[in-house]
Amino acid sequence: MRAAVIIFPGSNCDRDMLSALRLAGHEAVPIWHKETELPKNIDLIAIPGGFSFGDYLRCGAIAAKSPIFREISRHIERGGYALGICNGFQILTEAGILPGILQKNIGTKFISKIVDLRVINTTSTFTHKYMTNNKISIPIAHHEGNYFASKDDLEELKDKNCIAFKYKDNPNGASENIAGILSENHRVLGMMPHPERHIEDAHGCKDGYPFFEGLFQTS
Amino acid sequence: MIARVTVMLKEGVLDPQGEAVKHALNSLDYDKVKSVRQGKVMEIGLDETSEIEANKSIQEMCEKLLANTVIESYEIEII
Repeated sequence: MRAAVIIFPGSNCDRDMLSALRLAGHEAVPIWHKETELPKNIDLIAIPGGFSFGDYLRCGAIAAKSPIFREISRHIERGGYALGICNGFQILTEAGILPGILQKNIGTKFISKIVDLRVINTTSTFTHKYMTNNKISIPIAHHEGNYFASKDDLEELKDKNCIAFKYKDNPNGASENIAGILSENHRVLGMMPHPERHIEDAHGCKDGYPFFEGLFQTS
Repeated sequence: MIARVTVMLKEGVLDPQGEAVKHALNSLDYDKVKSVRQGKVMEIGLDETSEIEANKSIQEMCEKLLANTVIESYEIEII
């Protein structure tokens, strides 16, 4: 599988994302946001965590309107796969690709800690290595991770099996304890926690490894 | 022409920053403060003479970028 990792000014989890993808046996190339075209034959576009353009106005809002994003939207419209972690998730919601928005954490504080997640959807390419209701331990590090969506959108997410992960203990006020969601076709995933930070022995936990290992593998 | 855009969180959307400011005011003994909502104000200089046209294009900008209408509402004032 060939992945492009998009780097915006302020991205800081791009190297972690590249090394997680490579460790799991995929080819991964970094793409600077000023590129006007994506390389050919890209299977997955990964938008990493960190910040983008200072996160002025709202987190991810400027990145979602940047020129490279037109290419990303085209890839997604064609049915391509995409992954947004942390700021990447915020960018995907600001672009209108995933429903809802990430608001300030309910306690107004930046939260950096390891949390337990429950895997809800286990059929997508991102989550099929896990079993339903598996408890996995994944780090979070964010100030705006409080997922908010309209009642109708939340119902639709549930009905279409688009909730990928939920927090076991809600750290930030997210609606329905949502930590990560999928697009309607289950090919785009956005999540606040960082699976790329729990993939090897040195991390003390490898619960994020199956996430990367399972990409494009048939279950 | 300058347009002033005010972006506020919609009613019913929790505003943790506003809440924190409210608590700070209460702790300064302003007991009568019952709520605080925090928003954003932007002043946009526009090369445009028609107020109607200005309003129209600022509204478009609000929908596309300046506000996220999932949780925010906006008001435009030509000044």
